[in-house]
Amino acid sequence: MMKFRFRRQGADPQREKLKQELFAFHKTVEHGFPNQPSALAFDPELRIMAIGTRSGAVKIYGAPGVEFTGLHRDAATVTQMHFLPGQGRLLTLLDDSSLHLWEIVHHNGCAHLEEALSFQLPSRPGFDGASTPSSLTRITVVLLMAAGNTAALGTEGGSIYFLDVTTLTLLERQTLSPDEVLRSVPDDYRCGKALGPVESLQGHLRDPTKILIGYSRGLLVIWNQAAQCVDHIFLGNQQLESLCWGRNSGTIISSHSDGSYAIWPMDTGGSPTLQPSIATIPYGPFPCKAINKILWRNCESGGHFIIFSGGMPRASYGDRHCVSVLRAETLVTLDFTSRIIDFFTVHSTRPEDEFDDPQALAVLLEEELVVLDLQTPGWPSVPAPYLAPLHSSAITCSAHVANVPAKLWARIVSAGEQQSPQLISSASSWPITGGRNLAQEPSQRGLLLTGHEDGTVRFWDASGVALRPLYKLSTAGLFQTDCEHTDSLGQAAEDDWPPFRKVGCFDPYSDDPRLGVQKVALCKYTAQMVVAGTAGQVLVLELSDVPTEQAVSVASIDLLQDREGFTWKGHERLSPRTGPLPWPAGFQPRVLVQCLPPAAVTAVTLHAEWSLVAFGTSHGFGLFDYQRKSPVLARCTLHPNDSLAMEGPLSRVKSLKKSLRQSFRRIRKSRVSGKKRVANANSKLQEANAQLAEQACPHDVEMTPVQRRIEPRSADDSLSGVVRCLYFADTFLRDAHHGPTMWAGTNSGSVFAYALEVPAAVAGGEKRPERAVEAVLGKEVQLMHRAPVVAIAVLDGRGRPLPEPYEASRDLAQAPDMQGGHAVLIASEEQFKVFTLPKVSAKTKFKLTAHEGCRVRKVALATFASVACEDYAETCLACLTNLGDVHVFSVPGLRPQVQYSCIRKEDISGIASCVFTRHGQGFYLISPSEFERFSLSARNITEPLCSLDISWPRDATRARVQESPKLSQANGNPSIILAPQSRDGSPDPTLKGADTPELPESTLSPMSIDSATSADTTLDTTGDVTVEDVKDFLGSEESERNLRNLTEDEAPTCTILIK
Amino acid sequence: FGAEFRRFSLERSKPGKFEEFYGLLQHVHKIPNVDVLVGYADIHGDLLPINNDDNYHKAVSTANPLLRIFIQKKEEADYSAFGTDTLIKKKNVLTNVLRPDNHRKKPHIVISMPQDFRPVSSIIDVDILPETHRRVRLYKYGTEKPLGFYIRDGSSVRVTPHGLEKVPGIFISRLVPGGLAQSTGLLAVNDEVLEVNGIEVSGKSLDQVTDMMIANSRNLIITVRPANQRNNVVRNSRTSGSSGQSTDNSLVGYPQQMEPSLEPEDEDSDEDDIVIEDNGVPQQIPKAVPEAESLESLTQVELSFESGQNGFIPSHDVSLAPVASGTNTEFDTRAPDQKLLEEDGTIITL
Repeated sequence: MMKFRFRRQGADPQREKLKQELFAFHKTVEHGFPNQPSALAFDPELRIMAIGTRSGAVKIYGAPGVEFTGLHRDAATVTQMHFLPGQGRLLTLLDDSSLHLWEIVHHNGCAHLEEALSFQLPSRPGFDGASTPSSLTRITVVLLMAAGNTAALGTEGGSIYFLDVTTLTLLERQTLSPDEVLRSVPDDYRCGKALGPVESLQGHLRDPTKILIGYSRGLLVIWNQAAQCVDHIFLGNQQLESLCWGRNSGTIISSHSDGSYAIWPMDTGGSPTLQPSIATIPYGPFPCKAINKILWRNCESGGHFIIFSGGMPRASYGDRHCVSVLRAETLVTLDFTSRIIDFFTVHSTRPEDEFDDPQALAVLLEEELVVLDLQTPGWPSVPAPYLAPLHSSAITCSAHVANVPAKLWARIVSAGEQQSPQLISSASSWPITGGRNLAQEPSQRGLLLTGHEDGTVRFWDASGVALRPLYKLSTAGLFQTDCEHTDSLGQAAEDDWPPFRKVGCFDPYSDDPRLGVQKVALCKYTAQMVVAGTAGQVLVLELSDVPTEQAVSVASIDLLQDREGFTWKGHERLSPRTGPLPWPAGFQPRVLVQCLPPAAVTAVTLHAEWSLVAFGTSHGFGLFDYQRKSPVLARCTLHPNDSLAMEGPLSRVKSLKKSLRQSFRRIRKSRVSGKKRVANANSKLQEANAQLAEQACPHDVEMTPVQRRIEPRSADDSLSGVVRCLYFADTFLRDAHHGPTMWAGTNSGSVFAYALEVPAAVAGGEKRPERAVEAVLGKEVQLMHRAPVVAIAVLDGRGRPLPEPYEASRDLAQAPDMQGGHAVLIASEEQFKVFTLPKVSAKTKFKLTAHEGCRVRKVALATFASVACEDYAETCLACLTNLGDVHVFSVPGLRPQVQYSCIRKEDISGIASCVFTRHGQGFYLISPSEFERFSLSARNITEPLCSLDISWPRDATRARVQESPKLSQANGNPSIILAPQSRDGSPDPTLKGADTPELPESTLSPMSIDSATSADTTLDTTGDVTVEDVKDFLGSEESERNLRNLTEDEAPTCTILIK
Repeated sequence: FGAEFRRFSLERSKPGKFEEFYGLLQHVHKIPNVDVLVGYADIHGDLLPINNDDNYHKAVSTANPLLRIFIQKKEEADYSAFGTDTLIKKKNVLTNVLRPDNHRKKPHIVISMPQDFRPVSSIIDVDILPETHRRVRLYKYGTEKPLGFYIRDGSSVRVTPHGLEKVPGIFISRLVPGGLAQSTGLLAVNDEVLEVNGIEVSGKSLDQVTDMMIANSRNLIITVRPANQRNNVVRNSRTSGSSGQSTDNSLVGYPQQMEPSLEPEDEDSDEDDIVIEDNGVPQQIPKAVPEAESLESLTQVELSFESGQNGFIPSHDVSLAPVASGTNTEFDTRAPDQKLLEEDGTIITL
């Protein structure tokens, strides 16, 4: 197992091969809600939904686990999207007026989204007069005609162009100019005015030859495409916003810019209709905002739905984001927290059906997607199984827990169900169910915890492609905050008219920034967890299946330890509520420890077996025994010259100014005093260094010619006392006997190691005897390069990291080698070092910064399993640098293995948010609302694997030979998804791995063709799709964000993200 | 040691080694555990040191007939006593030696024994580098003196297969007065930085190079292309480096020529006043004081990395910041067996 560990790198082909079997970099899937959505589309036949974004991304969602992603080459806003029903093809319109056709194609049994064609309307069509300004050909609306493959494009100039969709070519002869329409309009309506841009184009479900055209000025025209003539004209005079054509041809509903809508009867003959049958301003009589979009849906049970967005009274509710649902006498004004992008109903679209019978209403908002069940009385909202708004409150930290035991998983799920009962009741009613998820049931449960600014911790099911919300823990209830009356205010507003109903969970407003969660730690065996926050609060919680009412014991620890000369200038600590408090089922607080001064907690760790929690702030660290509810240790790490540490995090703007002022004042002072105090050279030097350190920051800000100061860190840099990491281990600290230890690393490269005296638990007893825990400083290591210590881990005699608490004792992990030979791995921002224990002497090291010029941001020990060999795995150190690169190092040899560029180095928040899992995957935020999932392991990959039953009207011969996009990252090994077992009839994975192509270029393994005989039957053959075998999935991932890859990618037509 | 005289004989033809002689002296004077400096008066009456085999042999061979040996305790040694003193001055020397508290009252520049010198900088690898380049090693100790320079982005003109091309480079933009970089005289503003500790800088961003330099700041080796190519002769550096440098190295002419891009630097000069002028810092080279026995800081393990790469360093520069917190002084005594860590002598290949 270890035979490769200490080999030299590079020259050894065996090791190189092994590396290919262990490591491969893919960006697999984006979790969460697309950032800045701009367009929405729904295919009622395939029941899939597409969301376009302002950055040009297209995402298609079906059933949970069915996801496709694509990215336009130009990062232009997607303004409109239209599915070609049932074909798995999507027409997108960008704000540069270009049209793009996307297709879902099947490769090796898995469906991918690819851009097929693009089209730009010629700015000066030859027949349209040379004087036409190009803005007049800007496309305003797109209609896919029900009959075949034609699309109608309405333009700013009022012309309507027709386009052959399959080839994206203009059908020039059919262009309908406004002049042609005006000929049928009575003279008194014409009165010299233009019709304005085409605002709406609607097709008719049953009569595909007719299209309804709405011009901005208000004119509605039914155009018979077959006969090329005007069938009917409605002389509207109100500026038009949107149109909807009722199913039974009887009605047309139009919405207008003054907040009114009108219903037009269709029964009259050839003469123009002058007046609508009904015209109403629903939120009148005061001036209202425009109704941007209106839908009319009839129901079998009688009546009809009118659903529209906007139209609110301008003065009183003009700032609300509302969608109104009106059915008969029932009006509900859905009040959203963010801007409405678009909405659609899920209803029957078969022409032969008499009624629409809408099942659900889906509203895409700027920050979330809300789906309402229209068939259940009261129209409750349906919880989304994906697209969760991760950022409903800003994410402040995240943590991943791998291999969650089934028991804990079930308890968390049930706690979540009790939290929101509709989760179970309507879980089945999610209306967007297209496609099939081919990915296997994940072999293990992964839990992603996100801490939020409002003091909540959300639990997400991160086992699969769809990130599903499980449970939400709120810590705000424990504290007294100023904003408790908001609920009553909200209720008061509900009594009023319009009948507002708050919908959605996006709530960016934090009651109290001090509630923000900074660190989270969960013990998956005991279901205990620690949540630590901005105001120095450390909360120990325990999962309980029943609601309880109990008081939380509160303790505070002074981390300054009577140091003099410091006054905390930041926020005050939170005041906890006293007395017994009711707690719902779920994680319930047991102990609250408050650090003094109440600076944000910077590190926390939990050892449930010892009932100990350790926490650190910028001032020091503490150790607390939460079983006896007594503090064990407090240690101040503050440097005497550190002034910044006493500023709160909330006064950042002020503090820069203040620190500038302070530093100038100090320099002036030192010049004066410098002459007097020559004697004490040492103290003067310290002072000088303090000034240098302080001044370094303003320098960088002020100097325009970029210039960097070369100066090593000194001991008294600002914030040098920040505790960066804490770690518990059972190891050898002082002598040949192992025992509990606690390790703390600071920003200035100091490591403190304490030997702990934890009274041994009585055999069989759950709780240990009531004796005090003692902590004795065993070692103190000062790294000479003084870089911040990012992580500490102890490796056992075999060079593997010690298992988590309880893991060994419950036979869930291999017991560590406790025969000695332990080593401690200390990762600083600049170097990794392994020291022997108990005598701390350097064993191996790697000076990353000295070699690469990059600094370590995140590290984690991860287990990498081999694709070739079932039970071969290596533990390696994964590390993310400030340049956004991911490096993997062997442990404990600390030899560099592989390196991938992962995040843009400018994406600081992305780098800061990165979390590694225990099995070589990772997450980072690509936007406030989206986690990108990536995988470093060649075997453990979580990515969408799905198929879609699509049918193209034409023969599949036009399915061009799609060149498989080049693998972005070399290792062209067929990936086995998550589970080691192979899928349908695929050969033994061992065989596959052995055949892993050595050449990175050979991405398409020939085996996939050879074994095509094992044709999969999951694909429906009704369509003309070439059935390919679901045998071999290219674990290739193309990231649109990876610019370097883009340039390498030689796929000629388009940039594609293959999922 | 005050006035204490011993007379003993030695076989002139077989002087043996210095170590044996040193041991003999310690034995004769019954001071087996005291570090001493050994000196002798040569025929001119100069007080010269005996600290290796060569000068010991020289001393023995020139002794006529008596070798007068002076022994001083190392800590009290007056280094200035050595040198080409005249006979007249020798009396002063003797009084200094005999009354060691004398010289403390008049501090003057102390020239220490060679092994107590600490290199500050050196030019290395002259024989393998092209003439237009200079590889400078800066030795940084503790926090006494800032490295004291700034770097910036710039561009230089290189000869490439495609003709002259402007390529981005990293340049020294400023030297801090009184800083280590300035005091060596080996680095100058507008020198192009080519390598940091053997790793090429090209293709790396300014921030990366900054981080690399800071990470290597204990033993920083910068290869530069000096802006002033005429001045390739090494100026008066106080130590003469590890390898003798010569400008006459008949290396094949290096094809690259560099025109330092002159970018306005002047607007930065007004920033200079923020940087500390450490004119109050005494010029003497501080001695490294091994303090292995200090009780209060036993638990402190100072890891001094990289300093062992050069043979001159007599002992580790251990800056023992006392453990400040009063709460755990009781713990401190529990680990009395802690020793200073041995440095890991991995040598960076250049």
